[in-house]
Amino acid sequence: MNKKMRTISFGILFALLAASCAAEPQTLTVMTHDSFAVSEDVVAQFEEEHGITVEFLLSGDAGSTLNRAILSKDHPVADVLYGVDNTFLSRAIEEGVYESYNSPVLENISDRFKIAPDNLALPVDYGDVCINYDKAYFSGNDLDLPQSLEELTDPVYEGLLVVENPATSSPGLAFMLATIAEFGSDGYLDFWQDLRDNGVVVVNDWETAYYTNFSGSSGQGPQPMVVSYGTSPAAEVVFAEEELEEAPTASLVGENMCYRQTEFVGILAGTANRGMAENFVDFMLSETFQEDIPLNMFVFPVNENAKLPDEFEEHIQVPENPASLPLDEIREKREEWIEGWREVMLG
Amino acid sequence: MLTLKNIHKQYQDSPLLRDIHLKVDRAETLCLLGPSGSGKSTLLRIIAGLEQPEQGKVLWQGEDITEKPSHLRNFGFMFQNYALFPHMTVAENIAFGLRMKGKPDGKIGERVEEVLDLVHMLDFLDRSVTALSGGEQQRVALARAIAPEPALLLLDEPVGSLDRTLRERLLTELREVLHKLETPVIYVTHDQEEAFSIADRLAVLHNASIIQAGSPAEVYTFPGTLWLAGFLGFQNQVEGTVRSLDPLTIETRFGMLRTDQNCQHEFKENARVRLIIKPDGAVLSDCSGGVNCLEAEVEDSLFSGDRYRVKFKMTGGSQFIFFAESKPEVGEKIPLKIMGESILCYKDENGN
Amino acid sequence: MKSDWKKIGRITLVVIPLIFLIIFYFYPIWEIASVTLRRLDPDWMKDIPWGIISDAAGFTVFQAVLSTVLTLVLGLPAAYLFGTYRFRGKNLLKILTTIPFILPTVVVAAGFNALIGPRGWLNLLFMGLFNLAQPLINLQNSLAAILIAHVFYNTSIVIRVVGGALEQMDPNLEMAARMLGASRWKTFRNISLPLLLPSVVSALLLVFLFDFTSFGVILMLGGPRFSTLEVEIYIQTVQFLNLPLAGILSFLQLFFSMAIAFLVMRSGGQFIAPIVPHVKSERLRSPEKPGEKIFLALMAAVLIILLVFPLLGLALRSFLSVETTRAGQVTAWNFTFDFYLSLFENTRASIFYVPPVEALRNSLIFASASSILAILLGFMLSAGIRGVKRFDRIVELLILLPLGTSAVTLGLGFFSAFSRAAASLRYYPLLIPAAHTLIALPFVMRVIRPAMESIPESLKDAAKMLGASPFEVWKYIELPLILRAVITSLIYSFTISLGEFGATSFLARPELPTLPIAIFRYLNLPGGNNYGQAMAMAVIILAVCALSIFMLERLQFRKAENDRMNGHAHT
Repeated sequence: MNKKMRTISFGILFALLAASCAAEPQTLTVMTHDSFAVSEDVVAQFEEEHGITVEFLLSGDAGSTLNRAILSKDHPVADVLYGVDNTFLSRAIEEGVYESYNSPVLENISDRFKIAPDNLALPVDYGDVCINYDKAYFSGNDLDLPQSLEELTDPVYEGLLVVENPATSSPGLAFMLATIAEFGSDGYLDFWQDLRDNGVVVVNDWETAYYTNFSGSSGQGPQPMVVSYGTSPAAEVVFAEEELEEAPTASLVGENMCYRQTEFVGILAGTANRGMAENFVDFMLSETFQEDIPLNMFVFPVNENAKLPDEFEEHIQVPENPASLPLDEIREKREEWIEGWREVMLG
Repeated sequence: MLTLKNIHKQYQDSPLLRDIHLKVDRAETLCLLGPSGSGKSTLLRIIAGLEQPEQGKVLWQGEDITEKPSHLRNFGFMFQNYALFPHMTVAENIAFGLRMKGKPDGKIGERVEEVLDLVHMLDFLDRSVTALSGGEQQRVALARAIAPEPALLLLDEPVGSLDRTLRERLLTELREVLHKLETPVIYVTHDQEEAFSIADRLAVLHNASIIQAGSPAEVYTFPGTLWLAGFLGFQNQVEGTVRSLDPLTIETRFGMLRTDQNCQHEFKENARVRLIIKPDGAVLSDCSGGVNCLEAEVEDSLFSGDRYRVKFKMTGGSQFIFFAESKPEVGEKIPLKIMGESILCYKDENGN
Repeated sequence: MKSDWKKIGRITLVVIPLIFLIIFYFYPIWEIASVTLRRLDPDWMKDIPWGIISDAAGFTVFQAVLSTVLTLVLGLPAAYLFGTYRFRGKNLLKILTTIPFILPTVVVAAGFNALIGPRGWLNLLFMGLFNLAQPLINLQNSLAAILIAHVFYNTSIVIRVVGGALEQMDPNLEMAARMLGASRWKTFRNISLPLLLPSVVSALLLVFLFDFTSFGVILMLGGPRFSTLEVEIYIQTVQFLNLPLAGILSFLQLFFSMAIAFLVMRSGGQFIAPIVPHVKSERLRSPEKPGEKIFLALMAAVLIILLVFPLLGLALRSFLSVETTRAGQVTAWNFTFDFYLSLFENTRASIFYVPPVEALRNSLIFASASSILAILLGFMLSAGIRGVKRFDRIVELLILLPLGTSAVTLGLGFFSAFSRAAASLRYYPLLIPAAHTLIALPFVMRVIRPAMESIPESLKDAAKMLGASPFEVWKYIELPLILRAVITSLIYSFTISLGEFGATSFLARPELPTLPIAIFRYLNLPGGNNYGQAMAMAVIILAVCALSIFMLERLQFRKAENDRMNGHAHT
């Protein structure tokens, strides 16, 4: 071919390519942990509105997800990262995985959730890790509910509580943090020793604790108290085998008996899709998305304008003073606390 | 047809085959005879292409096929352990070579039946090979090898693993079949009786070389080396000195022996020789002294079908074995007349 | 000249699988190692909990050795059973013993608990019978639970590898021994057992490595008191994000496991038994003497109790819905298909809803792809290293490496290595068969290679002389004779892939949900319906797996069937 023809052909080729690129919708990639869930039509709404496809990258549990974000921070594999909670937030910020975003929607969010500096990460949802108890067991045995963490060491509750290992379980960690909030870094180990003496059962993961040990679940286990989520009673109703009017379980919500976990979203540093990422973050904080959260992930929306489903209103006990600890302290002492716990409980 | 030139093959550090030359140029049965380990199977495998010589050439109809892969040579091979394909029936085993040649199914079926009939195994068409007896397997193996009408047939100790009566019967059948084919056959065995009964021509392998080649009659009448004589079962050996040349007369410690055989070697007077006296070369007689008359004491005798195998103690203590028509008394001292044609003479390696 | 081409061909056969290993194992490990090294800060040595680490290392070895020994204790007699006798229900029993291998630990834990948990069937039975207040058997969070689970998982390896070798043994060898005056026991001890040694060593190695790097079992059934290197790696990686320490632990784990593997391989000898491939397993016979029948009955009973009942517990649970009074007493068990039916509904309209048919299809596709890949590579390696003495040991050790490597580390390695190009993330699912193949390959090789080497050269020579080209020799002679070994490997690769072992559980993506992922999502939330659905999905995996194995096994019998149908007589 002569030069002219070649130029023209290349030109046509390029035009075609460009056209095809333009015709194809862009993709926004959102990296989340495995427990992320959202309704199809809610996502579809966003996709239609902005003319893009949203791809979700489920990356394991919260720790695994953060690991991957950190490992790929020089060449991010996604645009948005969701799912880092307050126990991991400091770490995420320190590693520089996020880039700041001062979203306008933050106006609608209460300040108590905005704990990330420079809005590097924005709160999306929160939940309480609480002790669930089996109502039937307690009423059937005429047992009083423990009103504080301390009361759990009472011999009348011997062997009735199952907890998870904070080294291997997120609710387990949260509960341990609650005890640290209550008894302090110096005193929590004594408390745990007392719990141990009082026959507390320790397992490694939530599935075993809830489905094997807990008497209030379909597993019909021996322990009527389990460290689980404040929303679990609602889930029991929503996912019941036969229709239930009342939840078979409830949460103990005394002072510092529950630990509040907040989950955050952030734009990944170095993303090529900044504009669209911002849109998505805004969307996650909008009422549409926030109202979809409860029945999908069984956590509470941070947006107080979002309406809660009936099951949440009816079956969930919200603690007045959930425990929480400063991010930096968690960052600093996490290993030490867990190792201390392991020594006392597993030695 | 088949020519082997200069074949050399090493085994570990010593030569297994050294400068082997061989020719087969008509439809005959050539037998490679030799003791275990003499390299005869290796030579056969080299002809088949299953092994490669270090030096030398294999020529077929003038073409150098030394490097040609086995599956292109169109030679039939029958293995010592038969190597029947256990996952196929008798018919499928036999059909295999024809399938590989691409023959149409109809023709294959015909040919399979034809060769099975040849080996008297037609009833076994659809049987599984794993349940066949030794003799049956051997016949199937033979049928399989000849079914594709190979240009050359190679048999590696085909009756080696069978018991004696079966062996003899199958040898007879084998001879029939081989005669019917007009294909050159190379047959490997360590059993000289087998070799003699089946071969048109023999080649004896020893110490990496072919030490004698010829018709069975030739080889048996005069084995070319002392070792071969021993291999063929001629154990009666004695040293001697040449006293006169024509006829060749040798003095031994038993007496004077005169041979009618052309000893194939230029002996000088007073040369040291070794003599072999064939076991069928003695007659119980009443000769007394003189040439070819020995006295021996009967030690033991064994009935051997149609005659007696008698152990004699010779003068000087050695033990000789001769066949006799009648059973002698143990302890008897008997004069033996030795036939001149049964005396073979060889160089004495230690002296001359 | 000809031998040069042969050499080149042989080298190629070995090089291709090695390249695969380099790309999908060494490269990811290299990546994660270099990332880890880059993240080392000057005082990383400061807070290392040496006490916990050494305890974990010691316990890892201890439980792995003990589990392996116990698995052999059950597995060897079982292998003898399957390798010697023909009996009714044999195929079914064999399939049932293989199924545990594919169950994700989360399901096994549920099954075990359903059976022997504090409120499991057994305890309910005993408590009802003897009017006990407390459960009689409490194996939760115990060493016993770990050991039992390991035996449950891995017995089938011993049965198939050793039993398969036994079945294929030339019965004449044993008969010769008997004729020479050896009793049945002496024959077994002096003839059969030494000939079986290579297969026992193979089974032992695989079982040991699985137990050594076991994670789910230790975590869920052992509980917090027991920690192995793998568990510690998991904690350091995912809880403390301490990659350097996790890296050291991974290295330690790999070093220990490979050292032990090497020692075992050494002592087991390289002798490949001259197992003449007998196509119709003439060694198999019906049990005659009363002693044999008792052995058969006893062994079958033990296998059923240990390996089948937990599955039943699980299956039962998926069909039963429970009604309780307010006081928590179980009032009624209702038989229901609801759990299965509701699997097909996306009640929450979630974007991550996993339709079981799709999950099943994806699982099957991955399983097929990885089985084929594993067999191909296994063949290439087996053919390529034939006869090359020391090199084959090196290769065998090399392909064991993935089994001794931490799944967590390997998963991160995969991510580090292959997430670089953003586009490649779309192809992430292609990595799944690759990862499965890494795990299946050692098994495939250890089954196929002895089978290939046991084919007498004379059979191949005979085929050559009859005009078969090298490919035809392979196709018409070798392949049919090692078919049994190929099928066994296929079954294993398939089940390993279906069960998504270790590293592979760190790889899946939501658009391509697989069955184990689906189960996990159900068990992640409270609610009786979720639990029931998880059980239902587990039963689906079981059924699909059993069916696949059944069909694969039939492949070997297909020819025999055809022969019989065409009137070919069999002796």
